[in-house]
Amino acid sequence: MQIEILSPGILSLIQDAGRFGQHAIGLTSGGPMDPTAFKWANRLLNNDQNATAIETTVGGLKIKSHGTTRVAITGAQVDVKINGTRQPQWQSLDLTMGDELELGYATNGCRIYLAVAGGFKIEKQFSSNSTVAREGVGGLTGKSLAKGDKLDCHALICQADAHQSLPQSLRPEYNDSVTLRVIPGYQQAHFSDHEKAMFFQNEFKVSELCDRMGYRLTGPQVSCDIDGILSEGICLGAIQVPKDGQPIILMNDRQTIGGYPKMGSVLSLDLANLAQLTQGGSVKFEAITIDDAHNLLALAQHKFENSKAEPVA
Amino acid sequence: MKIQVAGENALILYFGDAVSDDVSQSIQNVANGLSRYVGGVLIDMVPSYASLMVIFNPLLTDHLKVRQLIREALKNTSQEKADGQGSVITLPAYYGLDAAPDLENLAENAGLSCQQVIDIHTAMQYRVYAIGFAPGFAYLGEVDARIAAPRLATPRKKVPKGAVAIADRQTAVYPAVSPGGWNLIGLCPVDMFNPKAKPTMPVQVGDKVQFKSIEREEFLSLGGQLINGAG
Repeated sequence: MQIEILSPGILSLIQDAGRFGQHAIGLTSGGPMDPTAFKWANRLLNNDQNATAIETTVGGLKIKSHGTTRVAITGAQVDVKINGTRQPQWQSLDLTMGDELELGYATNGCRIYLAVAGGFKIEKQFSSNSTVAREGVGGLTGKSLAKGDKLDCHALICQADAHQSLPQSLRPEYNDSVTLRVIPGYQQAHFSDHEKAMFFQNEFKVSELCDRMGYRLTGPQVSCDIDGILSEGICLGAIQVPKDGQPIILMNDRQTIGGYPKMGSVLSLDLANLAQLTQGGSVKFEAITIDDAHNLLALAQHKFENSKAEPVA
Repeated sequence: MKIQVAGENALILYFGDAVSDDVSQSIQNVANGLSRYVGGVLIDMVPSYASLMVIFNPLLTDHLKVRQLIREALKNTSQEKADGQGSVITLPAYYGLDAAPDLENLAENAGLSCQQVIDIHTAMQYRVYAIGFAPGFAYLGEVDARIAAPRLATPRKKVPKGAVAIADRQTAVYPAVSPGGWNLIGLCPVDMFNPKAKPTMPVQVGDKVQFKSIEREEFLSLGGQLINGAG
């Protein structure tokens, strides 16, 4: 049983939860830019929540099923069509031999997830399927998906189980503006109170330089009293402030070490919302403590585990 | 040593403000002490010049418990003497001008002959301080101040795989074709990163590296490739 890529659209990548424990050889973590939407795609199919799926940015993905299976599409709001007929998102959908599924272009958000029953079966590289094109690691060939690629998955013998749908009230909403909670850290002491006030009280815009590696923002200039530091580890969500004073938020495919001063890091729950923004989106920052962050993460996990998809009548 | 918050699930340990073998060794010792927790409460670690970033799973532990693990690792390693467990790896390098587009320029600016630059570069053992920027990119240091050279004003779009390079007092071998602004002084035929090989990299943080000058013929016989028009 295979899924064939008829068109990869703007950018389609194989992703699982990410690649961990490999920073010592310089490999970054990769993984889904919006982990919540990614996990829901898997949960709607009763998969392991981190089963290997496709992340499509903006849209345009077109696939053909060479067998019988189920898929679920979550994340950014997008038209989904099977053989030309519109289908819902956030719900499991049947595919049979020869069916063609096509995504339009996102109208709200920009990261779309397509999971398949049982997950895609691809040999792992460095303990993960996550594609980091810059490193040439993961996916089928270390690159983004291309026309003609064929992805192995399990054939479903029976499609009799009720379909599952995530109730509207539990679906995330993607807005054009986000507030990012920040845990101040790293070189934050090198930013004066005035510079911190500039950073936390003003609005920034997402520039055209935004991708899986980082989101460069534009806004008031934030100055640091040092230009650079000895290169050091960069964690997910770290906020680099280079000499031009325009913050860069480092995302899943970030480089693992770097020498720019950093204000702190964005809470991962909010980073997923940033990942759904495209050029022109508005960003504000709000400071929280690391203890607040731990509480928020535990709460979000509890909420996610206790949210249930509903059978479709 | 001081501990700072890096992010919701990361602490960064600063061991000093300057690059030295002692600092690097202390980082290595603490990293070794913590390594048994990786895959459990710890997700990963990033050692660098004077810091160690420790990433943990915030659903299994919290920053206070991780601070405790760090203090314990520190206490246990302070009783061990820095013993420099790292191995010494010899990397062959071909310094011919057809492999070294910046060698003449670097030598001229340094007031040295090309051969003197090569002799100085191969005379020392360098420590692997950090691995990052790209998979397999090992930051080696520190080179003799006489052959230190600033990054190019305009980085190259394409640095060849295996390029032996200098930036300030750091030296490195580019593990794959990539953009880069370091001064290229030779080519190394050894794979610095091969996903199919075990180990994936010939070096790790804490190891020592010494370059050995080889002739063109040996370079080619070791599988090295000369690409014209590097840059």
